[in-house]
Amino acid sequence: MNQFKRYFLLISILLFTAVQSYAADAQQRFPKPEFDSGYTQPPTTASSPRMIFLEYLDVFILFVVLSVVTWFVLKRRSRRGVFWTSVFSLLYFGFYREGCICSVGSVQNVVLGIVDPTYAIPLTALLFFLLPLIFSLFFGRTFCAGACPLGAIQDIVVLRPIELPKWIQKVLGLIPYLYLGLAVLYVATKSEFIICRYDPFVGLFRFDAPYNMLILGILFLAVGVFVARPYCRFFCPYGVLLGWMSKFSSKHMTITPSACIQCKLCSNSCPFGAIDEPVVETGKRRSNVNRLMTYFILLPLWVGIGGFAGSMMHVPLSRFNQTVYLAEQIVEHPEVKNDPKNIDVRTFMSSGKSTEQLVVEADAIRRQFYWGGWMLGGFMGLVIGTSLIGLSKFRKRTDWEPNKTNCLSCARCMDYCPVKKE
Amino acid sequence: MSDNKEPKSIERRRFIRSGMQMALAVSLGGVAGISFLKATPKDMVWQIDPFKCVQCGRCADECVMTPSAVKCVHAYALCGYCDLCGGYLKPDANARSTAAENQLCPTAAIKRKFIEAPYYEYEIIEDLCIGCAKCVAGCTSFGNGSFHLQIRHNLCKNCNDCAIARVCPADAIQRVPADTPYLIKGDFTKGGKGKKA
Repeated sequence: MNQFKRYFLLISILLFTAVQSYAADAQQRFPKPEFDSGYTQPPTTASSPRMIFLEYLDVFILFVVLSVVTWFVLKRRSRRGVFWTSVFSLLYFGFYREGCICSVGSVQNVVLGIVDPTYAIPLTALLFFLLPLIFSLFFGRTFCAGACPLGAIQDIVVLRPIELPKWIQKVLGLIPYLYLGLAVLYVATKSEFIICRYDPFVGLFRFDAPYNMLILGILFLAVGVFVARPYCRFFCPYGVLLGWMSKFSSKHMTITPSACIQCKLCSNSCPFGAIDEPVVETGKRRSNVNRLMTYFILLPLWVGIGGFAGSMMHVPLSRFNQTVYLAEQIVEHPEVKNDPKNIDVRTFMSSGKSTEQLVVEADAIRRQFYWGGWMLGGFMGLVIGTSLIGLSKFRKRTDWEPNKTNCLSCARCMDYCPVKKE
Repeated sequence: MSDNKEPKSIERRRFIRSGMQMALAVSLGGVAGISFLKATPKDMVWQIDPFKCVQCGRCADECVMTPSAVKCVHAYALCGYCDLCGGYLKPDANARSTAAENQLCPTAAIKRKFIEAPYYEYEIIEDLCIGCAKCVAGCTSFGNGSFHLQIRHNLCKNCNDCAIARVCPADAIQRVPADTPYLIKGDFTKGGKGKKA
């Protein structure tokens, strides 16, 4: 009982001092006057954000659009239907919703939700991430065909598509993996969301953006007249995940509704180079198998080399983190401490934090980048190794078939196919 | 499929495909499960913590919107209604008047209204405000700090990654739940941080 009393006393003393110090804070320089004229202060206005109901409506519309476009691709086999659905998506998710939030960027929210204990991912963002992947796992990349505003704006300008050499497509096709890896790295180190920062089209959707963002968007569209959907094929990090899902999808679209008659009419219809030609194994079987085995054995080596290279890159990579950059500046150029124009340094100096503290923090972040660099590099090594294996393995194919990883399910090839449904 | 000659290899391919599909479904489900544990049914919006803000002026330049979605708001309960207002008048103003050369605000977005001697009310005209924080700096260093910056949600596009938050030197911009979207300075004596005036 006595102990309880003591605690009570202690707590009340603490409370009292807390209240006192609070009251000291409350002392204003110029207390609010007491007016004689009966003046009442106006309220501080605060306009409310978008209603939460509308955010869930967006998720619902995404679900409906995905269902509709999947139906158009798989059941109706209608390019026109897919096209007009994508125009709707462009108008709604692009110009009306102004590009945020989109499934492509939601990758970062999911990663941040996992690594940052203080961040609670909104359910709507999580659903924007999951829905297209789930659809892709069953029906292929129908999201790319008709629900993605970034894809839709590029699809409209595909006017004079040229066919890129296969090796260029393969090499450029590695960029999305790197982009995805970097995006995850920068989110995991709580640096920034690079996918959003370098989104080329969000400025066009808003008719307002920083200069370089607009230039980037216009450039992508200009290139996109000839190289069909360049962002989707050679940059989109979300496309990597969609490709994985689509590769093993059970009901992916087919070019022919029934048996292929080998007419080759579809062969030039795909502007994305996503139709695989029939192949038969060439060369000696024995040497082919040997080559494949060699590539399998080399796979760990690629991962190791990649990881090592990635870890070597951790210093320049970490420079994009604000804390690391600030610490580097202060350590390497101490004279910036006296530069009144350097806002970051000025703010840091007046924050009362010591340089040692900052350096410790920056070192911790740099260590994260070191291990992140290993993982990113290892991942890239794995990707390169697997694509080498993919190039050297023969899979007997007798018909013209969509490449399930790269096919965007746009349904162009279907128009060219003379075979009709039985 | 036209080749019926190799039913074994077709069967093998189908087995691998459905096996991989299952594996992908499980991993996707895993990611979804982990995320669901921490997900919030609310939406999140960006807001400035006025107690962290250092009035550096980047809000005016870095927002994807022109003019910025960041505006100055006035917590009237905190205002001293001074005649010599540090947020309204330039430090070297030659008179306490509404003359343009005396105003600190570059866009004349603050309206000064006489109430009774010697008190004046200051109102922000948000259509003119560009969020440069000059008045906020003046009010915070010479007055009570009743002027402060807030992100206006009728203007903010709620970018997934706020372009100002990325460069804010004081890390004053943070995500807040959309049902309490403002951190307007209240009356210090009443509520303290985050309470509406």
